[in-house]
Amino acid sequence: MHVSVTVNGRVVGGDVDARTLLVHFLRENLNLTGTHIGCESSYCGACTVLVNGVSTKSCTMLAVQAEGATIITIEGLAQNGDLHPVQEGFWERHGLQCGFCTPGMIMSAVGLLEQNSNPTEDEIRHGIEGNLCRCTGYHNIVKAIEYAAAKMRGETPAPAEWEVSV
Amino acid sequence: MSTTSVMGGVVKRREDPALIQGKGIYVDDVKEVGMLYMAFTRSPYAHARIKSIDSSMASTMPGVVAIYTIDDVRALGPLLAQVPIGKLRPLLADGVVNHVGEAVVLVVAESPAQAEDAAEAVQVDYEPMKAVVDLKEAASNKVKVHDDLDSNVLHSWTYHGYWDALGLESQKPKIEAAKQRDDAIVISQEMINQRLIPVAIEPRSVMAIWNGGYERFIVQSSSQIPHALSGAIAKTFGLAANAVHVVAPEVGGGFGCKLNVYNDEILACFAAKELGRPVKWTEGRREAANSTIQGRGWVATATLVGTKDGEILGYEIEGLADMGAYSQNFTVAIPLLGLWVASGQYTFPTHFQIDCVVTNTMTTDAYRGAGRPEAIYYLERIIDMYAHQIGMDPLEVRKKNYWKPDQFPAQMGCGFSLDSGNYEASVDALVEKAGYAGLRDMQEKARAEGRLVGVGVSSYVEVCGFGPAVLAEIGFSWANYGLPASFNGSGLVRVNPDGTATVLIGTGPSGQGHQTTWAQIVSGGLGIPIENIKVFHGDTAESPMGVGTFGSRSIAVDGAATHNATAKIRDKAAKIVAHLLEASEEDIVFADGQAHVTGSPEKSASWADIAKAAYQSHIAPPGMESGLEAHGCFSPGNATWPFGTHLAVVEVDPETGNVTLLKYVGADDCGNVINPMIVDGQIHGGIAQGVGQALFEDSIYDKEGNCLTTSLVDYIIPTAADLPLFDLTRTVTPSPVNPLGVKGIGEAGTIASAQTIVNAVVDALTPLGVKHIDMPLRPRRVWEAIQDAAGHRDPRSIAKS
Repeated sequence: MHVSVTVNGRVVGGDVDARTLLVHFLRENLNLTGTHIGCESSYCGACTVLVNGVSTKSCTMLAVQAEGATIITIEGLAQNGDLHPVQEGFWERHGLQCGFCTPGMIMSAVGLLEQNSNPTEDEIRHGIEGNLCRCTGYHNIVKAIEYAAAKMRGETPAPAEWEVSV
Repeated sequence: MSTTSVMGGVVKRREDPALIQGKGIYVDDVKEVGMLYMAFTRSPYAHARIKSIDSSMASTMPGVVAIYTIDDVRALGPLLAQVPIGKLRPLLADGVVNHVGEAVVLVVAESPAQAEDAAEAVQVDYEPMKAVVDLKEAASNKVKVHDDLDSNVLHSWTYHGYWDALGLESQKPKIEAAKQRDDAIVISQEMINQRLIPVAIEPRSVMAIWNGGYERFIVQSSSQIPHALSGAIAKTFGLAANAVHVVAPEVGGGFGCKLNVYNDEILACFAAKELGRPVKWTEGRREAANSTIQGRGWVATATLVGTKDGEILGYEIEGLADMGAYSQNFTVAIPLLGLWVASGQYTFPTHFQIDCVVTNTMTTDAYRGAGRPEAIYYLERIIDMYAHQIGMDPLEVRKKNYWKPDQFPAQMGCGFSLDSGNYEASVDALVEKAGYAGLRDMQEKARAEGRLVGVGVSSYVEVCGFGPAVLAEIGFSWANYGLPASFNGSGLVRVNPDGTATVLIGTGPSGQGHQTTWAQIVSGGLGIPIENIKVFHGDTAESPMGVGTFGSRSIAVDGAATHNATAKIRDKAAKIVAHLLEASEEDIVFADGQAHVTGSPEKSASWADIAKAAYQSHIAPPGMESGLEAHGCFSPGNATWPFGTHLAVVEVDPETGNVTLLKYVGADDCGNVINPMIVDGQIHGGIAQGVGQALFEDSIYDKEGNCLTTSLVDYIIPTAADLPLFDLTRTVTPSPVNPLGVKGIGEAGTIASAQTIVNAVVDALTPLGVKHIDMPLRPRRVWEAIQDAAGHRDPRSIAKS
């Protein structure tokens, strides 16, 4: 079956099996390996991408279901070499360690901030609870998303913990 | 940039730009021309004889290239192990299967889907045998796991028995004598430290290439121990060390589960060599429960003897540890790590006996903390029960029994000495950070309102930074992988002709930020700006010999080695600068990215000037060997012993048994800190995994040996919504063991946290009469404990999960 989608601003297509998942199409057909596979039960969220602006676990969707959709993956987030504020937040606030969950976590956070520009800590935690991280205990991921939210609102992010503590 | 601020300062991670843009390359991202894929036919039985294997249908399926059984690979021998006590794993099941999910048949095909389809089509005829899963039943030997082993009990770890050369005596007689004292209070509790599944978010993956022209393997694997894997492949295939090149690229979390050489790694090499094509395998998440090691799995009784005044007279732990069916890398040695920390921060006599038991389950091995969280759990739980019984503040009881600052290095009953410590200062820091007195006031008010609020604490020590070369004498020998036996560290620093530096280390990080921390070490040592330093690791062809990243060892061993390398370079550079500036070598100082003569900052040379001279004999001092690089080594005389005390505040919903973690505070001491941001991040993640064990995680097997928790739907790890922010504070007590004064920090949070949570929950339920609940403290279990304590449990709930 043929599928045609717009990925990171480019119209692309490919022949897939009916059973091919969107995540496999992205990784195997388009070589966009920044989108990761961490489980087979739609729980870990490492495969999260934006489909028509909504954060979506690309292992829960068949490639053919994405026909005609606009998809943004982690590779398409930075613009003209400038990091997206969420990417910047993860770097500034040590929001990642091994980096494997990170692309999905970042895409999920982008989706969250598009719906809620000024989330509370609790709203951030519930907003990303579909994305599992085993390294960070989420502490610095929350801080990273708070940083990004402030940046996207045009405000100065609160200083990092290590900038204020002794 | 000054040399002093680099060490101990926050430097943003050098790893991150790639990882936040999806440019990090993990093994499963790698494609090679002509690549084939592996899949396994796995056993549905925990214990069975294999009567026949019929792969005739599978072999005709689309894309299938080859199908292998043990008959094809038996000559390669079993999977190598560093501590080869027990039954080693055959590369594929050999006549019998001993756990569900054991690999029986290997299928190689053109695509992953074709390989999996064909693996499902292989027909294996089994004759089921009785399986043994329960530890006590296994220890009774009523059902044997392996016909050719004398007993299901493989080994018994005790102070007096683990290392004859130390001549240690059992401390049990002292403890028995204490029990006879008139004022003795004796408390005993059997507790379960349940099996866990590590769940690195990146599933394991391996890709092997056989270069027939050069007769050489090139292997990429998501491994914490690339050099050990390289050695094991060479030894298995009868090749020289230089005929195997292993690369661990980005590794998506390890936590000990990638600290093993696995049969799938060896089989990928085998298939690649047989077929002359690259071969890849990536495990599925559900497959991982039975193809990757699990951790913990202790059933033991802790007994404490003390006075009513809080003086602890002795402590003993006796019990069983689950090894699973086959011994892999460290399997049987894991409880020994618990033995070394069994007495925690305390001076009292300790008796430790853990028997290692085989069962028809997946192998256990090192999972974050590895033996140490188990040992500290029992110790710190029973101390808490004792504090409750005598009505003394749990922190006061602990302080009363600590080693005092002037007693270090403190000689423990296990034969090792604690390198440095200041335990009371750590508690004081915790008390201040947490506002401890205020928390107790808050708890009293809450109790008056009928709310179940608890405050729990736990101290810990960790043994890490492996390790002393003498460990080879007690069976930790990398020689079993064809490597040098001991655990030395190394680091190679090269100042390039343009004045930049390249650093090569033999570690195998999986998120610990070595590229950043090592750049800080080298910048601190040489004054070369961090942005001019690049660090490479995990590649056996370019890195010096290393044994990988595990046991919180990298910074204390390989970090120290790299520091030593910078000293060698500085010595040589000083000679060059003295020659260039016509000054005395003793007057050369390195700062702000260059060298200058003391008192004459205008007489200076940049690292590019120094390197230019170093690489050109006509400019260098006469007779000096060209080049500017050094290989540093370090062999620690002792492990390092980080410590701390953690605190949790929880609230229990009496109606549902649900536990809410309201506050978490940690006071940790890992000696000198090179990058506080990275150190805190390690503690955060460690705490989360301990909270996971305390509240959610449980690798459950049924009586037939089926793991019931193979998916992330059934095996619950913490989400962001389950955890609070963590309040951390630290004290700094440098280690005398290494020149950086550092101690490991990768596992401390996990060792500290599980019993901190349980102590808090039991503290909350103490007014109801609850004394202990086994982990994980899921709502049903807590609710049942509340009902039991009240004596009116609903009979409908008696049927236990």
